[in-house]
Amino acid sequence: MSDVERVERLLRSALMPVEPPELLSDRLERSFSELTEAAAEELADWELAAMRDPRNWVPTAAAIVVGTAAAGGLVLVRARQQQRKRNVTGLRALEKGMRDVASDLEKRLRR
Amino acid sequence: MAEVVDKQRLDRDFSELYRAHLRDVYSYSYYRVGNHHDAEDLTEQTFLQAYRHFERAQRESDGRPLRPWLIRIAHNLAANYYRDRSRKPQTNLEDAAILSAPIATEQVVEEREEVKEVLEGVSKLPDDRREALIMRFALGMDNREIARAMGRSEGATKVLIHRAIKQLEQGLEERANE
Repeated sequence: MSDVERVERLLRSALMPVEPPELLSDRLERSFSELTEAAAEELADWELAAMRDPRNWVPTAAAIVVGTAAAGGLVLVRARQQQRKRNVTGLRALEKGMRDVASDLEKRLRR
Repeated sequence: MAEVVDKQRLDRDFSELYRAHLRDVYSYSYYRVGNHHDAEDLTEQTFLQAYRHFERAQRESDGRPLRPWLIRIAHNLAANYYRDRSRKPQTNLEDAAILSAPIATEQVVEEREEVKEVLEGVSKLPDDRREALIMRFALGMDNREIARAMGRSEGATKVLIHRAIKQLEQGLEERANE
């Protein structure tokens, strides 16, 4: 083995990938949710202003759908994470994930 | 309706990017700052910034992988981290896997010492050489990806990595001769 190869082998041992702590994933999910919520609030303020003018009714309705879909996407990520954490597998996991998504979406729509 | 589909696709793509590269961003951050606490902060800030600019990055990437873009964000944030806090990078030797291996045969002990020396050597390299080695060995990035992350040509990146390894090799040789 040449000297360069030996250093490369040592570098592979020294600089091994580091697994992120599980708590970090949760923290990131929360941050993404907060971002989406802030965007949704901005959207809601804009909707209220726009709804006063009937010409804006169609675009406003479309914007609501877009905002809800965006929130739904992130909720799905969070549900998947929760599902993985609980270590549930197969169909039960799928069922659980779907229930989480549905209940989270329901909460968001009630707000 | 097209907007809805676009937004859904964008969120789905970002989720995939996040899941695929959380470990890469975390590893890079960890080896840059040398402790888990700041590496977590750096990783979080990287993904939040990426989330804000994802649509544009995806549009401009022209189908190329986005990992170099993510690492470049982490790189810029790490540079700010040092500038703001006047800190120097550290390497937390205890966390390198081989150094904490429970079984210590003679061979492992010897290798631990060598790894320790390599880590010390890496921490003393100029910033660009150290970063290139982290990307190559901790993240498994190829020259093209590293070049994109560092804003250099592929040729310049190849030379940079070669010189970094040569410098380490010389350092190890000098130590062995002491």
